[in-house]
Amino acid sequence: MGDTATVEVDNLQKRYGEFEAVRGISFDVAPGETFGFLGPNGAGKSTTISMLCTLLTPTGGSARVAGFDVVQNPLGVRRRIGLVFQDPTLDEYLTAYENLHFHAELYRVPKDRATERIQVVLEMVGLWERRTSLVRTFSGGMKRRLEIARGLLHSPRVLFLDEPTVGLDPQTRVHIWDYIQGLRDREDITIFLTTHYMDEAEFCDRIAIIDNGEIVVMDTPDALKAAVGKDRIEVRTEDDDATVRALREQFRIEASTTSEGLVFHVAAGEEFVPRLFAELGVGIKAVSIARPTLDDVFMRYTGRTIRDAEASTAEKLMNNPMVRARRGR
Amino acid sequence: MTAPTTARTSGDDYQYAPVIDLHEGATWLDDLRAARVVWRREIIRFSRNRIRIITSLAQPILFLFVLGTGLGTVVKTSGSFDFRTFMFPGVIAMTILFTAIFSAVSIVWDREFGFLREMLVAPVRRGAIMIGKCAGGATVATLQGLIMLVLAGLVHVPYSPVMIGKLVVMMVITATMLTAFGLFLAARIQEIESFQVVMQLFVLPIFFLAGAVFPIAKLPGWLATLTRFDPLSYAVDPMRRTVFEAVHAPASVTRTLSPGMSWFGWRLPTLLELAIAVIVAGLLLGGAVYQFTRKE
Repeated sequence: MGDTATVEVDNLQKRYGEFEAVRGISFDVAPGETFGFLGPNGAGKSTTISMLCTLLTPTGGSARVAGFDVVQNPLGVRRRIGLVFQDPTLDEYLTAYENLHFHAELYRVPKDRATERIQVVLEMVGLWERRTSLVRTFSGGMKRRLEIARGLLHSPRVLFLDEPTVGLDPQTRVHIWDYIQGLRDREDITIFLTTHYMDEAEFCDRIAIIDNGEIVVMDTPDALKAAVGKDRIEVRTEDDDATVRALREQFRIEASTTSEGLVFHVAAGEEFVPRLFAELGVGIKAVSIARPTLDDVFMRYTGRTIRDAEASTAEKLMNNPMVRARRGR
Repeated sequence: MTAPTTARTSGDDYQYAPVIDLHEGATWLDDLRAARVVWRREIIRFSRNRIRIITSLAQPILFLFVLGTGLGTVVKTSGSFDFRTFMFPGVIAMTILFTAIFSAVSIVWDREFGFLREMLVAPVRRGAIMIGKCAGGATVATLQGLIMLVLAGLVHVPYSPVMIGKLVVMMVITATMLTAFGLFLAARIQEIESFQVVMQLFVLPIFFLAGAVFPIAKLPGWLATLTRFDPLSYAVDPMRRTVFEAVHAPASVTRTLSPGMSWFGWRLPTLLELAIAVIVAGLLLGGAVYQFTRKE
């Protein structure tokens, strides 16, 4: 029982008429894991999250969240999940505290615990001092933090974050991620998030790259990057020519000379560098390792960059009236 | 069904352990709790919006004192009977009508601004949310009606406790019926613009056909028939009867200005009229819940 996956998805599908938004995806998320859905806008991320949160009925396949089937027992699922949507869902004419109190009542948090719990989550996102302010006076980042606090109020097993930082400035994005990171340390919780920011996907234990309603690849960020290719290593040495010769003879590596110094590619760069120091025999002044980025990973599996993918998907969506009518609400 | 979601056992940092008793299935008490907090939200929002309170009283006051005074100069009433006394219950109904519909629109705004999602994903039956919304809108509309009731003295209506008591009950019924009607229309509307169109189509006809501003005694047949299909007629008439009783209106005045609702020449008793209003309210609320519960 204890090892059951928190989220189990089996061949899940959603179609709108001719348009297949999600084409039979399967994956499991383990308890305590932070799992990310990475893909361009319109790839099916939000549709999947909506089905897992019981807001949309799948047209095929099945999904269980926190042990409950999303179709058979939607209320059982809803009790155990917290949600932070892409678009704000706060009542701006209520105070921060009133928004949370509303939530506590709807989620049946026992009255004696609600007050204490509201304080805990508000303090956690640094909004306790502002609890009596109307939400309309909050900045975008404060609103998002309040929504995260609200999503956690009823101690969910799974927290769903749909594009948690979209539309926020870079500094606020960093803040939000600090909270999410801290959350993983403090709460015993599984996090399921979607993003189309590559750098955010790095925070996940595992990511699934989704494109055109299908999972194209799923693994840890490191494994994905390792699978894509070798690390890029730059060295500056006391004698570049000697280094090139040594690399060729001792390590069978071809290095090229650039304005930055010598550049070459190896698998598992961080394991290679200590050997380099030990065995090269030439003084090394500086070393840097650049890992392949998730952009490279996305490129490798979809054949285009995420930016291009967004452009073409947006076009496709605009031409489909069924989808257009359903998006955004 | 077994849930692999028992409380965690690790002892350290227990501050964030689950606080919820995970009993299955919402009981009616849970639904009541959800409905109550939705109701409370409506009241809080209303009480914070002073401008709304004032502006929604401006129109009825204009009707009562400007239109009422003006019409009073041309309408023949026997003796010293003030035409505005006749208008008074109609104007209260009008206040309730516009406030109730305005409250019902809030569900479209909730959709527009996203807060509806917060309610829709909660582990409660949607019916409970709808009932809370209806109770909230009805309370707000009744409160606005009560504020209008304060003006009674200005149009020669005495502050009789019996009359006020009866009127309050009738106002609650009227407000519930009209809020339910608004919610029924608004439940599936996605854009605020379409709601405005729908409202134009329904609200003014409902208002005019209810005999709120003119007596329905001598209307031509087709119009008299239409008034009988307007549910608001069955709420305005009892209120007017109550006011006329309280001012001891002469029989001749009552005959022309407050002839009451009749079916095939049979004068409906007050209680039956109110029962009709209650039934219509129930049907509309049921319809609104149904509309709202259907899966998208």
